Amino acid sequence: MIVHVPTPLRSYTDEAARVEVEGDTLDDVLRALDKRYPGLRFRIVDEAQRLRTHIKLFVGHAATDDLNASVKDVEDVHIICALSGG
Amino acid sequence: MSAPKHKLRVPRPKTGAVSLLVGTRKGAFFLRSDKERAGWQLTGSEFLGHVVHHVVQDPRDRKVILVAARTGHLGPTVFRSEDGGKTWKESRKPPAFDPPTEGASVRTVNHVFWLTPGAVAEPGVWYAGSSPQGLFRSRDGGKTWKPVNGLNQHPLLDTWTGGDKDGTPDGPKLHSILVDPRDESHLYLGMSGGGFFESTNTGRTWSPLNRGCVADFIPGWTLDMEYGHDPHQVGLSPTNPDRLWQQNHCGIYRMDREEGEWVRVGENMPEEVGDIGFGIILHPRDPDTVWVFPMDGSSVWPRTSPDGMPALYRTRDGGATWERQDRGLPKEHAWWTVKRQCMAQDAQDPVGLYLGTTSGEVWASRNDGKSWKCAARHLPHIYSVEVAGVVQ
Repeated sequence: MIVHVPTPLRSYTDEAARVEVEGDTLDDVLRALDKRYPGLRFRIVDEAQRLRTHIKLFVGHAATDDLNASVKDVEDVHIICALSGG
Repeated sequence: MSAPKHKLRVPRPKTGAVSLLVGTRKGAFFLRSDKERAGWQLTGSEFLGHVVHHVVQDPRDRKVILVAARTGHLGPTVFRSEDGGKTWKESRKPPAFDPPTEGASVRTVNHVFWLTPGAVAEPGVWYAGSSPQGLFRSRDGGKTWKPVNGLNQHPLLDTWTGGDKDGTPDGPKLHSILVDPRDESHLYLGMSGGGFFESTNTGRTWSPLNRGCVADFIPGWTLDMEYGHDPHQVGLSPTNPDRLWQQNHCGIYRMDREEGEWVRVGENMPEEVGDIGFGIILHPRDPDTVWVFPMDGSSVWPRTSPDGMPALYRTRDGGATWERQDRGLPKEHAWWTVKRQCMAQDAQDPVGLYLGTTSGEVWASRNDGKSWKCAARHLPHIYSVEVAGVVQ
């Protein structure tokens, strides 16, 4: 599947906006991303395994904060940084 | 605490150009002076858009600089440079809490707030303090970090700190991590809130060290109360580490370890100014001399210069008397806030002093605070100012 990477995280992906990875769950996908781009996962998932406050994940067109959500047969996962701060 | 160990040799004053490492809400900036410390050149930004709480050079290896950073969206991390700031790499394992012990609350690092290099005898060792209160140690120059669970999983930590409501408006903080230069196993740290604590075994166990401090925001407080205080910044005298100085939420204090309790020397400040502030600057050689930057702590705590007239106050007699130093600073309508990591000193003679304001100005004095000049303006909200030796 294709993971769409927001600009704040592209310093990890060599500026790639789209990265192809495999996995059965969202967590598989994020861990696969982290293996390829070390450090990326901790910027969006904290040490209690919770999605950080201003991050949203979309599996296809459905938002979820469940890292165990299935991504089987899903073509796109979007990582979204919600607007915040000033 | 055993008897005082010994005082340290008074070092010869340093000379030459000075670098300032400036952490801001929107990135890191660097100021370099000329040899006379009269003119300043600004470079940066690095990490533009990142919230940078602290930028610290390793005095044991001047080419190493660590940056505590996060962004509005992403989690906290630490960046490090091994070439004086030319290039940066992220820590492979940033500070993060271990899973909680049974019954303890789940805690996650919101941001790394404070960085302290370890002792000379332990090259590569660094300490980090976080929000919420947590202590972390690196043994490899900041590449990887481990939680110091003697504090982070201490059964009384929640009791000491009082939870999220007992923090600063920007979250509870662990700060003022101090390493006794005579004994690297002897550590101190401050928690806002929580108080000031000591370990004599490299962080395995901790004891409160707050006797004598006021905590008048706690119902029923007494001067004997062991924890719950709000130290804003604490320092060890570089030449007499048995003398500590503290700017607290409730005043200015000095402690000589053989006495074992804090003395509120801020009561000797002018009554109309008070003794509330965030930072405190210790003289690099004279344990009797410190500088503070008072702010308005009345009613709803504006935390701005009293009456809009910024000034430092210096004592040279251990806090018995204080003198105002404001030559060159604005005389009116200057509602400055100077945060706890935004006051720094160099080790020259006369001492160079440096302030960073939340309105994005850096001010410098090269004569023990007698007169001041603006070194930079129009920066973002300043979170920290540290002095660095110049890397050639």
